[in-house]
Amino acid sequence: MSLLHRSAAELLNDLTARKVSSVELVNAYAEQICKLDGEIRAFLHVDIDAALARAKEIDARRAAGQPVGKLAGLPVAIKDVICTKGVRTTCGSKMLEKFVPPYDATVVEKLHAADAVLIGKTNMDEFAMGGSTENSAYFKTTNPWDTTRVPGGSSGGAAACLAAGMAPLSIGTDTGGSIRQPAAFCGVTGLKPTYGRVSRYGLVAFASSLDQIGPMGCSAEDCALLLEVLAGHDPRDSTSANLATPEYTKTVNQPLAGLKLGLVREHFGPGLNGEIDAAVREVVKVYQSLGATVKDISLPYSKYGIATYYIIAPSEASSNLARYDGVHYGYRTDEKAMLEALAVEQKRYEAETNAKKLADLDTPLIRLYRQTRAEGFGPEVKRRIMLGTYTLSAGYYDAYYLKALKVRRLIRGDYDKAFEEVDFIVGPTTPSPAFKLGEKTDDPLSMYLEDLYTVTTNLAGIGGISIPCGLTKANLPIGLQMQCRPFDEERLLRAAAMFQRATDWHTKRPALS
Amino acid sequence: MSDQPYDLIIGLETHVQLATETKLFCGCGTKFGEPPNTQTCPVCIGMPGSLPVMNREAFRLSLKTAIALNCTIPEFTKWDRKQYYYPDLPKGYQISQFDLPMSQNGHLAISDPKGRFAAKRIGIIRAHLEEDAGKSLHDEAAGKADTRIDLNRTGTPLLEIVSAPDIRSQEETRAYLTELKLMLTYLGVSDCNMQEGSLRVDANVNLHIQTPQGKIATPIVEIKNLNSFRFIERALAYEAKRQYEIWQATGKKLGDPGVFKQTRGWDDAKGTTFAQREKEESSDYRYFPDPDLCPVITPAAQVEEVRQGLAELPAAIRQRLEKSHGITPYDSDVIVAQGRTLVDYYEEVAKIAGDGKKAANWVTQEVLRVLNDQGWTLAQFPLTAAVLGGLVKLVVAGELEVTRAKEVFNDMVANKRSAAESMQALGIGKVDSSELEAICREIVAANPKIVADVKAGKQQAVGALLGQAKKKNPNANPNDVRRICLEIIEKM
Repeated sequence: MSLLHRSAAELLNDLTARKVSSVELVNAYAEQICKLDGEIRAFLHVDIDAALARAKEIDARRAAGQPVGKLAGLPVAIKDVICTKGVRTTCGSKMLEKFVPPYDATVVEKLHAADAVLIGKTNMDEFAMGGSTENSAYFKTTNPWDTTRVPGGSSGGAAACLAAGMAPLSIGTDTGGSIRQPAAFCGVTGLKPTYGRVSRYGLVAFASSLDQIGPMGCSAEDCALLLEVLAGHDPRDSTSANLATPEYTKTVNQPLAGLKLGLVREHFGPGLNGEIDAAVREVVKVYQSLGATVKDISLPYSKYGIATYYIIAPSEASSNLARYDGVHYGYRTDEKAMLEALAVEQKRYEAETNAKKLADLDTPLIRLYRQTRAEGFGPEVKRRIMLGTYTLSAGYYDAYYLKALKVRRLIRGDYDKAFEEVDFIVGPTTPSPAFKLGEKTDDPLSMYLEDLYTVTTNLAGIGGISIPCGLTKANLPIGLQMQCRPFDEERLLRAAAMFQRATDWHTKRPALS
Repeated sequence: MSDQPYDLIIGLETHVQLATETKLFCGCGTKFGEPPNTQTCPVCIGMPGSLPVMNREAFRLSLKTAIALNCTIPEFTKWDRKQYYYPDLPKGYQISQFDLPMSQNGHLAISDPKGRFAAKRIGIIRAHLEEDAGKSLHDEAAGKADTRIDLNRTGTPLLEIVSAPDIRSQEETRAYLTELKLMLTYLGVSDCNMQEGSLRVDANVNLHIQTPQGKIATPIVEIKNLNSFRFIERALAYEAKRQYEIWQATGKKLGDPGVFKQTRGWDDAKGTTFAQREKEESSDYRYFPDPDLCPVITPAAQVEEVRQGLAELPAAIRQRLEKSHGITPYDSDVIVAQGRTLVDYYEEVAKIAGDGKKAANWVTQEVLRVLNDQGWTLAQFPLTAAVLGGLVKLVVAGELEVTRAKEVFNDMVANKRSAAESMQALGIGKVDSSELEAICREIVAANPKIVADVKAGKQQAVGALLGQAKKKNPNANPNDVRRICLEIIEKM
């Protein structure tokens, strides 16, 4: 499969030169999906026929010399949390098992306009809550490097399909590390743009003030290609920034001179895997050899990152997920059975002349809400709804939510100060490499600690990228995280590309049968 | 109320639907009465992934209203989510404003031309913008007690205006709501149609009772969804009586342990309020700032700009009319209550006629009578202000007697013709002085008893002759007839 595992940028050149057709590409990836996805299970939904029809149409236009878009003919996989018109969008939840959006997300419209070929919707943790994709209501995705391990999450399917050569480009979303952590676990490149860089319209909200859509690919150059299409102001999203989108592809391969990198002291403490520690220090040497200067910096408030994140994100989630009540769309409990059960309960309490129980008995509407939500949501989602409901409740709001907002501002302050001294902050993306399936499912706290290095990027609203920077002895990918000033993705991608031109970690692929 | 041993304490929450073309956070229309669920989109039905974008026009209309209500406008305001579950609230929260509303601390002046209460200011605690919910239509006809949801109204902009508990009677309540409604109409911010729910009122009511031990307050009751002035007055009267009786029976006061704020509905058929729910504590709506929307910044210069561009408000117009046209508060109230077009019409009539009071009489009595009888708007009324002004001018000049002028007026309206044409058709003209004298001689001669009475000093007896003169010539001016007859009798 010579086509697979080539960068999207290379494939686009070949498509433009008509050395390869989009139909051939789609067929090649379809074949790979057929071969591997039974084991990897990266996709929730694949529509090869639709992809082929689209590819054919784009090939024809290109052959006729008509204008084509920036991604013309390139297959792109989309995380199933992003609305696609007429195509089921489940968010990895039973709640939206049959939800077919009547509209496209802004990013999907942009992909269509760029003549990308949508190849499928990728698996994820339910409503993007989780770091292993094990919270999907449908099935678990495995890590192509070791199928007994998780691909990370919540964009696990999005990262795994790239690593397994089942798509050249992929769209993920990142609320606390959901692009960067699976990118690190699967040995691919993933960028979380600055909050506001990419429209959230059509992204099913988890935590609105933290969610951001971003590109995933096999290199920084590929991410540049995709981000150039995804980014831009959207009047339908009040939080999208009204800024011009740089032409990332034009500059991504231009090296940066006089680069100043910061190493966060707090990132190299206990809990960091030794092999990852060593790999990151090697990265620093590579950059130094490319003319960069490196200095130690401190982000003193980052130690409150996880605590702050796990107040703000569930608070917003508890509100955003209130709409899934079985009334207007999505899953609804079996009403007939519910009403019968309710009648039985009522009869029983009447027979017992239990006035208290009778008075407390749910109305049919309340029972519909309760039962629909009890059945439609998985345990992690319920946990976060409960956390968030608690932290927003009267009497607790000030102590939790309001305080978290204040700490969030301090965390941003740390970054603002650091960026006065350095251009980028580098460090490990995750404290450890991909863990075993099931290893942390009973221990939500240790799962939450996976986000240790990534959540502060979201809390501060800045940009961050994860790029492959090594392999452990067990042959598991290691990710390097680089964070940038707000809206400095153009230079971030250039800095990442410098490393990727000097090393070949991003070209490493798992051995798959 | 003064004969009662208590004061009625009333605070009103008024929800005003703003007259925008589109909803508060999406592009859907706001027209009333469309087929269910046809004015909806992914945003207002809360589809996953959809996002709200603020309607700037709705904010501008709110700003106008708040400024007209003398509110202070903070530079910074934000949106909050008010969270509760209900089937006609598709997102599970309402986008509203909690701790930092777009306006606060204003007042509305009310007065009563009939003098039933002294003019006063009703405080406005705050006015904030929020989205409306949908409608639940409880369809029990089929016996299945189905509820149907219509989301056409979901997301329509509402301005909630919260008054201070400064209102003391049904009369004041009516005056407050009438003045508010009139002001909103003059500002053009709402059609205030109560039948269509464009103006909805909740009333917070309790009593302050004088007892030998001092003043006590009864528990506060919120009466919900009062959608006509009549309902409001009846509900308040009922509630005052009910609270007093309960207090007499139980002695329960505001703040007693186990006494909570109650929400009651109004059943107009039964003429009673009924308990809806008892709030053990204020409901926990888990308000928090909506992360999908940006705060709104309103610089002082923008507030000033809106203030400058504000239409002249009813209170100011009344004052101006009373001052510059010398009319009574009663007349100015009647004219202003009809809306700006009638004010303008009246002012032109007054200017041409040269007599504001007479012009007011004609406009408030004759013109409004016709409009009322015919069900016309002023635009449909056939007489322009210039034409009516000309007619009133004749009356003012004494050239046309009032009863004849009314005949002319009625003819002009009925046949849509000019004053001259009507007068000609009615045979109205000035009677030649020699002819008038001849008529007078004739009737004096024919009424020796009246002559005798007048001679005996009863001048008013001559009045009986006026009608006879009118019979001989309807154009005979009664004043002239009186004068001439008296002259003739004197010389006899």
